[in-house]
Amino acid sequence: MIRFDNVSKTYPKQNSPALRDVSLEIEKGEFVFLVGSSGSGKSTFLRLLLREERASHGMVHVLGKDLARLSNWKVPQMRRQLGTVFQDFRLLPNKTVAQNVAFAQEVIGKSRGETRKSVPQVLDLVGLGGKEDRMPGELSGGEQQRVAIARAFVNRPMLLIADEPTGNLDPQTSVGIMKLLDRINRTGTTVVMATHDQNIVDQMRKRVIELEKGRLVRDQARGVYGYQH
Amino acid sequence: MRAQFVLSEIGVGLRRNLTMTFAVIVSVALSLALFGGALLMREQVSVMKDYWYDKVNVSIFLCNKNDAATAPQCAKGSVTGEQRKQIETDLGKMDIVETVHHETADEAYKHYKERYGDTPLAATITPDQMPESFRVKLKDPEKYKVVATAFAGRDGVESVQDQRNILQNLFDLMNGMNIAALCVMALMLVIALMLIVNTVRVSAFSRRRETGIMRLVGASSFYIQMPFIMEAAFAGLIGGVVACAMLLAGRYFLIDNGLALAQKMELVNFIGWDAVLAKLPLVLAIGLLMPAVAAFVALRKYLRV
Repeated sequence: MIRFDNVSKTYPKQNSPALRDVSLEIEKGEFVFLVGSSGSGKSTFLRLLLREERASHGMVHVLGKDLARLSNWKVPQMRRQLGTVFQDFRLLPNKTVAQNVAFAQEVIGKSRGETRKSVPQVLDLVGLGGKEDRMPGELSGGEQQRVAIARAFVNRPMLLIADEPTGNLDPQTSVGIMKLLDRINRTGTTVVMATHDQNIVDQMRKRVIELEKGRLVRDQARGVYGYQH
Repeated sequence: MRAQFVLSEIGVGLRRNLTMTFAVIVSVALSLALFGGALLMREQVSVMKDYWYDKVNVSIFLCNKNDAATAPQCAKGSVTGEQRKQIETDLGKMDIVETVHHETADEAYKHYKERYGDTPLAATITPDQMPESFRVKLKDPEKYKVVATAFAGRDGVESVQDQRNILQNLFDLMNGMNIAALCVMALMLVIALMLIVNTVRVSAFSRRRETGIMRLVGASSFYIQMPFIMEAAFAGLIGGVVACAMLLAGRYFLIDNGLALAQKMELVNFIGWDAVLAKLPLVLAIGLLMPAVAAFVALRKYLRV
């Protein structure tokens, strides 16, 4: 599903690399936490997965494709198999909940019939059945993140990438979001989640990958957030 | 591709950028109107050339007995019958010559009287003061030089005149106006292109949230860029339509009504409506395509995938 071989990334005009010589493999269906302090390289890791950036050295394989060799015009096809969720939700404020979710299907040219079928389904899955016509501004943070997850999942991606999805939410709401991500993971979708949330990582007992100053310092099967935090 | 989705995006984009859109429309309209005007002007020149060159001749003026004093070529006196005959046969041998008409001094006098009969100068002129001449009609009026070199300076020939020279000044003037129009058009075009690039940039910036999401869920770059390109193309098309209206109005007010040049300058035959109409598709096509290409180029820079 995901393989990094000696991957390094140095941004232009910067001396120290954001990622140094990272090698790892993530299997299909895994749930992986990506932890580390700010500036440890988590975001760079996720950007490489999405091919928003290319590795300076080493090879990144996602969904069986060598991203270095993937031509630009094939990137959209690749991204259709990925879902992405962010800390700041990134919903369109002038569209309703259902329209926000449908947007992800409209812009890749899915038929209206398909959208009509899959949008209510995925909204039910994330627990927002009955709130299709609300505007994002009328929803709580947790609900907004559920919309974002629904949007990321509506195209049934193979891989869900979450960048601190609970960063803006209170602990109780966060638990709800984590349950939802766990449920999505159980459908067979691989989940990679970058987080600072110690409680969540400790409770879930999933694989933990820790980065520090761009290096992979820990890869633990049923890990906790950290040894001394 | 869902047409309704794309169309609504375009509508939103154009409304959001109303002032910029307006500026694009005006500048595109002006540059295209100048472009169409220049094309029509060129056509007008060629129509006039066709018309007039058909009517004009090369005139070979022969010496008469009065010219000996005024024209050095005629120092040897009036043209002799032999010289006249030689010129006529030489003209007959040239392939480029279509017809030759010999105008005697009496005929020249008659023509002169017809044209200027009641002026004081005409009253003092006598037939033997008029030069006799060969009026030579060429198959290709551009070949004037051949005749000129063959006969200028020959004994008995006072001068060889190409009547086209009289028209040439007018055509030069019109060509000059044409070039000036094209220069202004080029400037307007630069302005229009810059406005389009700017409009697209503002538009892309104001919709970066949407385009960001589109990228993440894997919309193709074509799909992402489409609304912006269509916006520019739509504004350009409106500009093209305005330019067409300006051309039609220009033809109407300059030639038929208003200035009514057709009545004031009866000798000039003006280009018809069909010539104007024939230019409109080109103007519209450029109005549509040029902004679209400009937008496409601008997006490559401002809308990274």
